[in-house]
Amino acid sequence: MPEITPFLKSLLSVAGISSYETPVTQLIEKKWRPLVDETRLSRIGSLEALKRGSGPEPRPSIMVATHMDAIGMMVTSIADGFLHFTQVGGIDPRILPGTPVIVHASASGEELPGIVVMPPARALPASVGDGVLGLEHLLIDVGLLPEEVAAKVRTGDLVSFATEPKELAGEVISGHTLDNRASVAVLTVALEELQNKSHAWDVWAVATVQEEVSLGGAFTSAFGLRPQIAVAIDVTFAKGPGANDWQTVPLGKGPTLTMGPNIHPYLFKKFEELAKNLEIPYQTEVTPRHTGTDGYATQVAAEGIPTMVIGIPLRYMHTPVELVALKDIQRAGRLLAEFIASLEPDFVEKIVWED
Amino acid sequence: MPNITEKQFELLEKLCNASAVSGDEGEVRKIILEEVKPHADTVKVDALGNVLVTKNGSGEKRVKVMLDCHMDEVGFMLVSDEGDGLYRFELVGGIDVRQLPGKQVLVGKDKIPGVIGARPIHLTTTEERRKKIPLDSLRIDIGPAGKAKPGDRATFATRFKRVGPSIMAKAIDNRLGCVILIDLLKTAPANVDLCLSFSVQEEIGLRGAKVAAFHFAPDMAIAIDATPANDLPLHEGGENTFYNTKLGGGPAIYTFDAGTLNDPRLIRFLAQTGDEAKIPYQFRQPGGGGTDAGAIHRSRSGVPTVSVSVPHRYTHSAISLARVDDWDNTLALISAALKRITPELLQTDRP
Amino acid sequence: MKQLLQKLTETFSPSGYEAAIREVIRAEVEPLADEIRVDALGNLIVRKGPSTGSEQAKKIMVAAHMDEIGLIASHIDENGFIRFTTIGGVYPQMLMGARVRFYNGIPGILYTEPLDAPTDTPSIEKMFIDVGAKSRADCPIKIGEVAAFERPFLDLGDRLVAKSMDDRIGCLVAIEALRALKSTPNEVYFVFTTQEEVGTRGAETSAFGLDPDLGFSLDVTGWGDTPGRKHFDIALGKGPAIKIKDGGMLSDPRIIQWMVKTAEANGIPYQREVLLGGTTDARAMQLVRAGVPVGCISIPCRYVHSPSEMVDYNDVQNAVKLTVALLENSVEL
Repeated sequence: MPEITPFLKSLLSVAGISSYETPVTQLIEKKWRPLVDETRLSRIGSLEALKRGSGPEPRPSIMVATHMDAIGMMVTSIADGFLHFTQVGGIDPRILPGTPVIVHASASGEELPGIVVMPPARALPASVGDGVLGLEHLLIDVGLLPEEVAAKVRTGDLVSFATEPKELAGEVISGHTLDNRASVAVLTVALEELQNKSHAWDVWAVATVQEEVSLGGAFTSAFGLRPQIAVAIDVTFAKGPGANDWQTVPLGKGPTLTMGPNIHPYLFKKFEELAKNLEIPYQTEVTPRHTGTDGYATQVAAEGIPTMVIGIPLRYMHTPVELVALKDIQRAGRLLAEFIASLEPDFVEKIVWED
Repeated sequence: MPNITEKQFELLEKLCNASAVSGDEGEVRKIILEEVKPHADTVKVDALGNVLVTKNGSGEKRVKVMLDCHMDEVGFMLVSDEGDGLYRFELVGGIDVRQLPGKQVLVGKDKIPGVIGARPIHLTTTEERRKKIPLDSLRIDIGPAGKAKPGDRATFATRFKRVGPSIMAKAIDNRLGCVILIDLLKTAPANVDLCLSFSVQEEIGLRGAKVAAFHFAPDMAIAIDATPANDLPLHEGGENTFYNTKLGGGPAIYTFDAGTLNDPRLIRFLAQTGDEAKIPYQFRQPGGGGTDAGAIHRSRSGVPTVSVSVPHRYTHSAISLARVDDWDNTLALISAALKRITPELLQTDRP
Repeated sequence: MKQLLQKLTETFSPSGYEAAIREVIRAEVEPLADEIRVDALGNLIVRKGPSTGSEQAKKIMVAAHMDEIGLIASHIDENGFIRFTTIGGVYPQMLMGARVRFYNGIPGILYTEPLDAPTDTPSIEKMFIDVGAKSRADCPIKIGEVAAFERPFLDLGDRLVAKSMDDRIGCLVAIEALRALKSTPNEVYFVFTTQEEVGTRGAETSAFGLDPDLGFSLDVTGWGDTPGRKHFDIALGKGPAIKIKDGGMLSDPRIIQWMVKTAEANGIPYQREVLLGGTTDARAMQLVRAGVPVGCISIPCRYVHSPSEMVDYNDVQNAVKLTVALLENSVEL
């Protein structure tokens, strides 16, 4: 089984905030290039990699979407050397005080280390006091003199988490942006597995942009590539402290196969059959309305695309210490590769509604 | 006297009693496929489960008209099995939680009967009774030997009934639209190329209509739906100014809702048709809410679109109520309008 | 330019009913355009430059929305008072005592049912429009008819005030840029869009139809330079703003670069905008088809969505200069 951890760790060590994915795009492109036939960028920056199938032309294609963008922050104004900021993607401001960050200073081109700080109660409006501080009251301190900050940092500069990835006991890894670099790793595992398998269908491996703000990459790549089926891989909620509701599944017990209005039931059935046959552990996840993943976008692109959604259980979503089980990544990658290899040239005709 | 026949009532009854929670429209899809096949040029089911039907006219200079109704209804999905036949559930679509306690439901494709109970009044406190019973305290109970699984859908168990001038049923929104569309297909005039979408997943975001409109790329569209009539007396007395529509007032033509500024050319055209053919109609009050038109009119380079709805009371609850007259007049208005459509209708710029 | 702005802002055209403003704009741009047309949702599409460009020529969409926020009649009561709902972001505190004009020319005034306390903000549900009618039969307005703020244009020198500055000022910038753009190697489409205030709908369909290589919107943004406003780096008179982020969109970094470099090369002042709420036509353009690299040039505007929106004339002129500078040369992102 190929070792994916070093690559995953490298993905967790760069920023790649929504709309500014280039640093991570480059890493992924370098890793995928030997595994596929061609790579290119979509008009808004998604990495689209084609691995050609062996079936007769015109060949159907499957698109696998894993978003590569990260949540983060952005400077809104500068006051006396302190940075006011807003979020890119959804961040609970309660997890931020004391968080180490990197300020990507555009005027000087430097990466400045910084800390999210909480002004003392007396510096805040009485209504805030020692209660919860919203984003509007938090600041970033980069430890430089006000005039240095003014010379280096500008409104609109990006701020990313600086927390370094860490392997913990029991083959789990923690870090920022495992949402959704863990799924990029899954797709990479699948591409590696496919090196030794024949597959009739073309495979479009797509590292999408802007999922955290608009699902923009998935909407546009699905429209542009117009695959016959689409699979979105994204992280899902693992059980853990404060998360034990019906939306959660155990960590390390396999990826989830998702069912619900977003998913074509026939694809769910095929994935489930395959996982059972191959004895790959999996869990089922139910989504009554929508999955909130790239699968939401691929399903309604153009004339509609039959879509499947696979989840990688993850704890502490949208914090700098997200946590996943490496086994789940390997399992999902293998399942995906086996599914792709199992697609017969006429699979499209088999996708029906079994009413 | 309404012109609705026994056969139409039977079809509506079958459709209302069928279960088709958004994303799981199979039962209604099956009924509709049977109904439309003998009358259509082409029929297909697409990637989302929409039933897409075409019926071409034969005249010259035909306009390609898309007619849409959604097949899905609001309902429930079981999300976890707590043993002993008890299931936690989530809402699919907009249902007021106050509508839930004390109702019978049907679960899954086999329509397993179940109930949503509530805590006995004896065990509640005065304080508690002032608050809504929260969703997470309710369960669907199918009995200790019951077999269902997370992911199964459930609907209210209400059966269709005719009462004087009215019908009472669940899912009048939008099975009435489905019956009307089927009748419009059967009587399709020669001056238009009809494309019909019986759409999925309207109640959770107009998703079926979005891809259906892209597929058809029509010249214009009419979305046919059911809309609330909130025409009840005010507690304080005086004039009800927020009725949305009035029961018995005829088909409700939309001007503005949260999803669509309906095409003024088509609004005027429908009103004129009603005036000239002496078919009563009303304007739905501008306001929130919306129909599949919200997705259709934004498709591709834009599609001139208007919505027409049958008014009905108590939408998205266990029992809704509609008037047969309104059904009849909605069918009559759109039927008359289709015959009058010419390319000139859309030749002037949108006013 | 000010005269044209007066004409643009004193025209009544709420979302979905843009014909009146479209005709005013059409009269201005028709002599300047290489091609002009109106699409299904009423967008006015104006081409400048070659229609089938060479390899280097890019198809560029520049969107300015011509609709404005407004009101729509929902009920005429038995005494002739008009109940209404809002089109776009209209706030009740802006409406008390305001005057509006219906699309058919009828003026009306706004008031409310009695409030619990005179300092309370009325709700839209409690408000009504009085057009001087004495009964339902006497009322010249029917359900579904639309109205917009009535307020004359005000020239305060550098500062200009009007209703619907959002986004007639963007329309003005587009018209003046078109006038000043003598030639371009690009295939430029100025699109005067509809229905922006209800969800950037006109931009979505017109962008789909045009399938541009890149684009930007011209719209207003908020302000941080009046009493009590904090931590928003936009002021009137410091130049047009180059949008980096707003509530609905992240501009394409390549477009931001292009705008910044062009402004600096031409000595045009500019501000960097990170807006927390709201969005523009560019959001819809970005997600159309296989995606479009987009950005936005914002005109700083005080009191947005009030009947008296204020801009700085220098910012407007600089926005025109920047737009022309962006469009007159070949673009390489």
